[in-house]
Amino acid sequence: MAKFEPVLSKNFDKPNAHKLSVYKSGGGYAAAEKVIKEMAPDDVVERVKESGLRGRGGAGFPCGVKWTFLPADRETTYLCVNADESEPGTFCNRFLMENDPHQLLEGILIAGHATRTTVAYIYMRVEFHEQFHILQKALDEAYDAGLFGKNIFGTDFSMECYIHRGAGAYVCGEETGLIESLEGKRGWPRIKPPFPAIEGAFSKPTVVNNVETLCCLPHIFERGVDWFQSLGTENSKGPKLYTISGPVKRPGCYEAPLGITCRELIFGDDFGQGMRDGLGVKGCIPGGLSVGVLTEEELDCVLDFDDVRNYGLLGLGTAGAIVIPDNADIRQVLMNVARFYSHESCGQCTQCREGTNWAYKVASRIARGAGRISDLDLMVDITTNMGMMPGLSICGLPDGAAFPMRTIVQKFRAEFEDHIRRQPPGVVEETLRKTNAAIYELPILGRA
Amino acid sequence: MGWKTLDRITPKHDTEAGPILNEAVRDKIRSFFPRYETKRAVLLPALHIVQDALGHVSYQAMAEIAEVLEIPPSAVLDTLTFYTHFWDHDKGKKVAVVCRSLSCQLMGADAVLDECKKELGIDEHGTTEDGSFSLVTEECLAACDYAPCVLINEKMHKCVKPEQVAKLLKDAKNAEIEPERSDLFDAPAAGAAPAPSEKNNGDEAVASNDDDDVLGKTSDVDEMRDS
Repeated sequence: MAKFEPVLSKNFDKPNAHKLSVYKSGGGYAAAEKVIKEMAPDDVVERVKESGLRGRGGAGFPCGVKWTFLPADRETTYLCVNADESEPGTFCNRFLMENDPHQLLEGILIAGHATRTTVAYIYMRVEFHEQFHILQKALDEAYDAGLFGKNIFGTDFSMECYIHRGAGAYVCGEETGLIESLEGKRGWPRIKPPFPAIEGAFSKPTVVNNVETLCCLPHIFERGVDWFQSLGTENSKGPKLYTISGPVKRPGCYEAPLGITCRELIFGDDFGQGMRDGLGVKGCIPGGLSVGVLTEEELDCVLDFDDVRNYGLLGLGTAGAIVIPDNADIRQVLMNVARFYSHESCGQCTQCREGTNWAYKVASRIARGAGRISDLDLMVDITTNMGMMPGLSICGLPDGAAFPMRTIVQKFRAEFEDHIRRQPPGVVEETLRKTNAAIYELPILGRA
Repeated sequence: MGWKTLDRITPKHDTEAGPILNEAVRDKIRSFFPRYETKRAVLLPALHIVQDALGHVSYQAMAEIAEVLEIPPSAVLDTLTFYTHFWDHDKGKKVAVVCRSLSCQLMGADAVLDECKKELGIDEHGTTEDGSFSLVTEECLAACDYAPCVLINEKMHKCVKPEQVAKLLKDAKNAEIEPERSDLFDAPAAGAAPAPSEKNNGDEAVASNDDDDVLGKTSDVDEMRDS
């Protein structure tokens, strides 16, 4: 394979890449100008559909197809840019916004033209402070240069672009949760249908796209659909930013065509360069916490939109890998995962609210050294009965919670059982008495 | 993110002392109106601005935001309690946020958190007695490549080792960030905030540690009213 030339991350190492002049000197905004001046919106949608660009936010829905769901006779369209990157292990959007904000803005212009957007909102999580200042300054600069506002590039296309800061809620990364939050409400996902394309923000047709998806757009129009299709695997086209964290030698964000293996990502010279301090790999969560875990033997899994499903994972997710070293206690990992979802569940659907909290209680019991073998079956039972897959919830958060917890328990069952068998006898009852003292003081149970 | 019940009977603030949001803050909130279709959508920006101006969003501040946005005060409370970023009681001048998600935990965030607790002498969600620091834990801060990370106000501290914590927390410049700041979501600078260079509202001292009774009594509020 010929050496891959990075595109999304090509400006990451340039000094002052956040300045408009630097971005323009590298041919920036030429694609947007060409698209807006020369192409009709429907042609742009068609071209993106042809390219096979799939959403990079986790679900992998084809981007161009999403745009065709918009009603043809609309007057107002909103474009929401999902920059609420809160998935543990994922930070590629942060790289894109802090190192190359104008690439995102150019993507917004193209997407805005294609969807005939009137106002674009960049929904940014509040923990991105430095990134907010960088992006806001870049946006100010773009406004001053006439790239946003009225009559962009001298055409009759007008679009406003604002940054909307979130306030710390994972569920606002779900597209309808994001819209609710944008409207100034609790970030509770909405029941679908109606889908946002029909009735989204302020009850108007709305498109929600991830930062990385939009960043791909300028390159599709600059280099052409054929170039984009030449990268990646059969159903997963284009370049992707892979991120890797955990005890590897070189954690970070690396660009590659879709379809590298998890092993390459950890050990490859261009990527993680192997484990530090002579540690081994126990497992790897390859696509942001929600997709589930791969064991050491399964590392040859190809990280594209299809192959991950052969390993019992939810999907590619955001391709943010977390490597679990062999000295980590798997019970602590499970407890951490369960805590995340029990904290971030929005509380709307009973199955998710109660299920994630129940799972957290069970997981922390196991982590404290007072687990039972039956707890492992209980975990599997809870996690198969709370998500969208059995049709019990409004959004996908409980599925995202179920997959990592279930795969950890199933794939590392022997290790859990080993830990539980080595617990001193009587510890389960003792812990129960301590945690539920009030119950054990009741007359009947107290005798028992 | 649970529900919160509200004691509506006991008066929480001195209603005769007048509004605690000055005109400059209200104008700044109003300047967001053209951006959105509804006034309610300005709520999140408004809460950011008010929290920056007053340090936290008290019940009276919520009522006054509701007045500006022409929505019921309960709607403000409803939204505010959902988000972890907003404080309805006083917080420290600086807030140290320790990430506790998986990457950071694998890289030793627990030790960093313990060190922070020891150094500041407070537990999670606590505030030091002099009001200089609050300590919270949060889920993923999206800086997993630099795990474990600690966020102090706006500044992300990367690859923090437990032995560096004491020095880090004592450093006077630990909340300064490199990129040029945008004041879009800050409190309005003109005359309102005593020290515009100071990020978090610049309150000189936190007058009261009594959570229930901070409204309208902290020094920054008094200074705002005077100006």
